[in-house]
Amino acid sequence: MEEKQNFQTSQDFSSSVLKPTNENEISEIIKECYKKNIPLEVLGLGTKKTIGRNFQFEKTLDLSEYSGIIEYKPEELYIKVKSGTPIKQIRDELDKNNQHLAFEPVDFGFLFSGKNDEGTIGGVMSCNFSGPRRFKTGSVRDHILGFKGVNGRGEKIKSGGTVVKNVTGYDLSKILSGAFGTLAVLSEITVKVLPKPESNKTLVISNPHLKKGLEYLNLSLSSSSDPSGAVFYPENFRSFFTFNDLTFSGPITAIRMEGATLSIDHRIKKLSNELKITRDETAILSKEQSDIFWEDTRNLKVFSKLKENLIRIVVPASETFELLNKLKDFEAKYFVDWGGNLIWLQLDAINSKILNNIKTIVKNASGYLTIIKIEEGLKASTDVFTIDPIKHEVSEKIKKSFDPRRILNPGKMYIGI
Amino acid sequence: MTSLQMPKVDKSTLLNKEKIIKDIYKILKSENVLTHKDEIKPYETDALTAYRQTPLVVVLPETVSEVSRILKYCNENKIRIVPRGAGTGLTGGALPLKDSVLLSMGKFNKILEIDYKNKCVVVQPCVTNLSITNAVKDNSFYYAPDPSSQIACSIGGNVAANSSGVHSLKYGATTNNLLGIQVVLMDGSIVRFGGKTLDSEGYDFLGLMTGSEGLLGVITEVTVKILKTPENVKAALVGFSSIEDAGECVSEIIAEGIIPAGMEIMDKALTKATNDFSKAGYPTDAEAMMIVELDGTESEVSELMQKVEIIANKNKCSSIKINKSNEERLKFWAGRKAAFPACGVLAPDYMCMDGSIPRGKLAEVLKEITRLSKKYDLPVANAFHAGDGNLHPLIMYDANDKESLRKTEEFGAEILKYCVKVGGALTGEHGVGIEKRELMCEAFNDNDIQQQIRIKIALDPKSLLNPGKVYPILKKCAEEGRVHVHGGKTKFPDIPRF
Repeated sequence: MEEKQNFQTSQDFSSSVLKPTNENEISEIIKECYKKNIPLEVLGLGTKKTIGRNFQFEKTLDLSEYSGIIEYKPEELYIKVKSGTPIKQIRDELDKNNQHLAFEPVDFGFLFSGKNDEGTIGGVMSCNFSGPRRFKTGSVRDHILGFKGVNGRGEKIKSGGTVVKNVTGYDLSKILSGAFGTLAVLSEITVKVLPKPESNKTLVISNPHLKKGLEYLNLSLSSSSDPSGAVFYPENFRSFFTFNDLTFSGPITAIRMEGATLSIDHRIKKLSNELKITRDETAILSKEQSDIFWEDTRNLKVFSKLKENLIRIVVPASETFELLNKLKDFEAKYFVDWGGNLIWLQLDAINSKILNNIKTIVKNASGYLTIIKIEEGLKASTDVFTIDPIKHEVSEKIKKSFDPRRILNPGKMYIGI
Repeated sequence: MTSLQMPKVDKSTLLNKEKIIKDIYKILKSENVLTHKDEIKPYETDALTAYRQTPLVVVLPETVSEVSRILKYCNENKIRIVPRGAGTGLTGGALPLKDSVLLSMGKFNKILEIDYKNKCVVVQPCVTNLSITNAVKDNSFYYAPDPSSQIACSIGGNVAANSSGVHSLKYGATTNNLLGIQVVLMDGSIVRFGGKTLDSEGYDFLGLMTGSEGLLGVITEVTVKILKTPENVKAALVGFSSIEDAGECVSEIIAEGIIPAGMEIMDKALTKATNDFSKAGYPTDAEAMMIVELDGTESEVSELMQKVEIIANKNKCSSIKINKSNEERLKFWAGRKAAFPACGVLAPDYMCMDGSIPRGKLAEVLKEITRLSKKYDLPVANAFHAGDGNLHPLIMYDANDKESLRKTEEFGAEILKYCVKVGGALTGEHGVGIEKRELMCEAFNDNDIQQQIRIKIALDPKSLLNPGKVYPILKKCAEEGRVHVHGGKTKFPDIPRF
């Protein structure tokens, strides 16, 4: 009864944008939409809104007002928040205890609007885009301990909890991470937090060739010196990085070391020996400079206010060199993150044929791609996310089990899902 | 649970036994179909040995295509099927049903590819956990999740149970260490989720399948991530005169920003039992004993170990010993790793429980366990993965005494309910299986369970794959007022409600 009253008093269902302020309202809105077959666009702060296919919806479920920290237990290493809570608010809270979100969520604000805009935790979980530490600490999905949400019938569901080890029932936190809001609307999220590393420094190697750069990345990730960031920037992005300690020009490979202060220098030395590099071709960024370097990498600063198209390609590291060679013909600009496992590809000129060619090349390299930004004209006619037919079929079944009438972000990921 | 119910036997399957076996002979080589009761006997239970059931037939396929054809056949003919790896599961997840085909993956025991460039190993599901590390250790790599049964347990079983071990605080559980799997679904379709990439396209089916206890598909190939062996490992053996001090010490180590590779606590009873058993040199007068292990580069480990020592002293530790040699470190662990056989000496049988609790609640939960131990008049010893809050009370009893088993199960259930009450979970790493099936309503309400069952039904509409596991008897949930039964009709009439 109370649920009904809440809904009726604070929400006007005739409005095209619905802004629930509690879980009951979220549930009531979805129940109503389920009953009336009304497709919904599910949004947080909308910072990643343009990623994904365009789709038809009648109303927007805006969760930006369902925000706030519910419980933060630094000693238990978790924070429980409402899904509309801005990442910035979480970050500020964690700062007080010298903790952080180790998965380094990518800030797409610079790409789309030229300024810092990280969005909400709900959006970050739904998109599952993780930063440079991915190869070491896992992606967003690896840090979600549990959630509460509402499925496409309007039923409140939950999975997981607040403890790290929990194998009670299916791990629904995983399937909802990266589902782009197509399975359920998240209401509460419990995220694992970790202590911030005491310090960090970055070893920057001057190297003119992609091949050498990728070799360095591979060797670094195979080293017991335990790096936590490994990126290659070619010449054309080099001007974005000016630091006092970075005296040479040209393409760079950068390796981050984090941890206990004294051990960092030792590990950098150890890795330098393993890579057989000399002092003349290296620079070491101090903590302050290193922090800025990796913030800029995580936040795609090199693509600030990008007018052109941007594609995110994930491939096995062994395929990266060949793949980039094959993409040469398309006059793309790129940089390589995740120690060789992730390519950010900027394409100035694009058409369906080029896109299809790139998709085939990526598929043949056993990778997958996501179109992050594309000309509107092309967006309607292309698949933003790749998928094979069997997985599409399984995805349809899973979608139906959560959202049988396809009212939650229908078609945002794939046609029919 | 002593009167555990399993799904109602499908009599037509039993009546058709001979035809079914004849049909299966058409799919598999005859030597891979076991029908004689002596051949089948080893498959009648897993490591939850209190429960046994002879299946209809045991099949041992050799190829993915055979697995696919078996599942397709069972699906079309509505025959139940129970997949099994090495059978080391502690919760009865591989317990056969009388009217089921038992699908043993035992022949899938090969390492298919070691790929250092992509830092992964591709294996068949019945390769043991430890043999993955053994295959790459010469190149100083290893596979991180290390369940204590790692010498025997299969990687496919690890995926099905989302297993983890003493190092999961730093390195995560199975789910955090996988890149891809190949799965055969109940309709026979063969699907790959993930591959050699970090993350994969579309929905995270790899994450959904991991820990689904063989209810959603049969795993036929696994690609695991391998890590570089740390340059240095050091362990400290710390005694405390109270559980509270030990608990405080754990919290403070974490608050200091240190994530140890392993952090284990044992109570006095277990410290004594394991020390008697393996002469590990433990402080047997301590109320609680902790092993803290740090790994990384030499400089990092020594820097952090100094901090651990300071924190331990600050929290009134009664003794502290840091290993001087690797042999000594292994000796520290020898006792802890012998926790099970050590308890085996103390009583004819023991039941190992597996609850998760917030780290800070350790003292409170142990106090409750002591109270329950008196109430049930059953001795208990406790091991605790303190880093990640995973508690393993070992209840000692006599399985030949039915009353003793009943009491043990009731005792265990009370512990797990208490774990949930303080904000923890029913199971940290062993899974639900049949053992904790009836406790699911403690953690979930009707909507939660129905959503999970809908996923099951989406992939296995006739509910033939590993039935009777994980999800509770509807009637019990309804009695507890948590399941809505409308007009006497359940939401999924096809699911056995036993």
